[in-house]
Amino acid sequence: MSALGEFRRLGTTRSGPRRKRDNKAAYLFLLPWFGGLLLITAGPVVASFVLGFTDYNLIQPPEFNGLANVRRMVADERLHQALGVTFGYVLGSVPLQLAAALALAMLLDRGLRGLAFYRSAFYLPSLLGSSVAIAVLWRQIFGAEGLFNRALDLVGVSGRGWISDPDTALSTLIVLNVWTFGAPMVIFLAGLRQIPAMYYEAASVDGANRWTQFRRITLPLLSPIIFFNVVLQIIHAFQSFTQAFVVSGGTGGPSDSTLFYTLYLYQRGFHNFDMGYASALAWLLLLIIAGFTALNFWAAKRWVFYDD
Amino acid sequence: MTDLTERTVPVVTTGDPPPPRFRVPAPVRSIARHAALSLLALVMLYPVIWMVVSSLRPDAEIFRSPGIVLDSLRVANYGTGWNALTSPFGHYLVNSAIVVLGCIIGNLVSCSMAAYAFARLEFTGRRLFFALMLGTIMLPIHVIIVPQYIMFSQLGWVNTFLPLIVPKLLATDAFFVFLMVQFIRGLPRDLDEAARIDGAGHPRIFLRVILPLMLPALATTTIFTFIWTWNDFFSQLIYLTDPEMYTVPVALRSFVDSTVATSWGAMFAMSVVSLLPIFLAFLVGQRYLIKGIATTGIK
Repeated sequence: MSALGEFRRLGTTRSGPRRKRDNKAAYLFLLPWFGGLLLITAGPVVASFVLGFTDYNLIQPPEFNGLANVRRMVADERLHQALGVTFGYVLGSVPLQLAAALALAMLLDRGLRGLAFYRSAFYLPSLLGSSVAIAVLWRQIFGAEGLFNRALDLVGVSGRGWISDPDTALSTLIVLNVWTFGAPMVIFLAGLRQIPAMYYEAASVDGANRWTQFRRITLPLLSPIIFFNVVLQIIHAFQSFTQAFVVSGGTGGPSDSTLFYTLYLYQRGFHNFDMGYASALAWLLLLIIAGFTALNFWAAKRWVFYDD
Repeated sequence: MTDLTERTVPVVTTGDPPPPRFRVPAPVRSIARHAALSLLALVMLYPVIWMVVSSLRPDAEIFRSPGIVLDSLRVANYGTGWNALTSPFGHYLVNSAIVVLGCIIGNLVSCSMAAYAFARLEFTGRRLFFALMLGTIMLPIHVIIVPQYIMFSQLGWVNTFLPLIVPKLLATDAFFVFLMVQFIRGLPRDLDEAARIDGAGHPRIFLRVILPLMLPALATTTIFTFIWTWNDFFSQLIYLTDPEMYTVPVALRSFVDSTVATSWGAMFAMSVVSLLPIFLAFLVGQRYLIKGIATTGIK
């Protein structure tokens, strides 16, 4: 049961047979978690909502300014640029990443020799991808004199400074995200293993070819996992920060072409210490992510098939 | 791609795409599939391999050679990189290690306690709190970082490791709470019942019965916490601004900004050093990593 599955269940099932309540013991075990909820997670969510209606620079006390931050967001062209860049990144990289993950999972399924080796090789980039070191590497690879252009030279194509060109800088980050398809691939592999082999056997007997089997058996039975990956990777991609920060040297450049939403939030909040506006930005991000997730859940009714 | 996986089944058209025109014999297809997969694996890992090789090359050569064959082994970059910043790079490795260790201990203790309550105890508000806990799994850190920063800076904790470690002591990595809840649910309840009949209370059942049985879940938590904390950049960048307190990612980033393409060899060398612990964790804990993402990803 994934976390998403749990949510589905929460709405539909009652808890099991009623057992003796153990409030005292339970709250003691949950004491650290309650502290975290209050101080680190839920508390700050509420606090940043309130701060979103203030002007606050950490030195003077926060000052309520009504909807000024909202008006500012409507007029803030860099924010609009950041939204465009982030949507481009999420919508550009997540489908490609998941398509690669699914394709490779299909190729690796079914007792392939050397499966463990391939799985490891494809999974490793997922662990490295969010590190500063790989972002440093990317900066070299897609620089004007970088590895990618040297490789292009070999086939006689002349490249350009992929990162210094505002038209292509974001694409290099999309490539980086697609490169980390290993984690969703492992989830797909585990999901494929749950599909009973007899479905495929029966379908072969009936004369269905591989493509038909994929469309009629694999896709429907895998759809909850696909859904899980889509939701997770979208949420994840919206929060990308490190790569854009390191590749652009913290600026989001060239010409704000890699200005991820989180990077803009960082600049406002932790460079300019414009905490009120940063809080408002944070809440907008939360609403956008929640909106996308809700949209996913709504759309799921049309395409996700639950076999229970 | 479908051609490579085509199985030899009697083809009867079902109205979908036309059947392949000819059949490639099975061994050829198997070889083709392995060749394609190996090639792809090489392409995927090539940048990393190339970085390791380049870290052993003179700067000028890094930009000339896209190959991964070394003419000579030149470890000078490692010396240069190690001493390029205000402190030797080992200092940042130690800082990162302290943060990582604190986070691992915090997650193991606090998440397992919370998970025991959610998985085994019946209490008022259980469903609500469980839903809240699941909700915080998806909560972006950016939404909470501003008030958190204000709180920690008023406590005087900026430029200490406390803002990075204390949240973990408070079970805020809900992902692990959830992972452990799943694991405990899979353990037979008879064991708890037997211990209870013997007169054990919850602390004892938790420590003596459940905890020893959930070692695989604890291993998964350890390894993920290690890798995520080691790679974490956003919160370390925000809370650690004093070069003395820099962890590896923050140090590496200041390296990039200070040298601006003058000594890529040294930068690559320290990048390799910074990735080495991740790679080792991957080798040691692969089983738990794969299992961890697989089990939490399954419906």
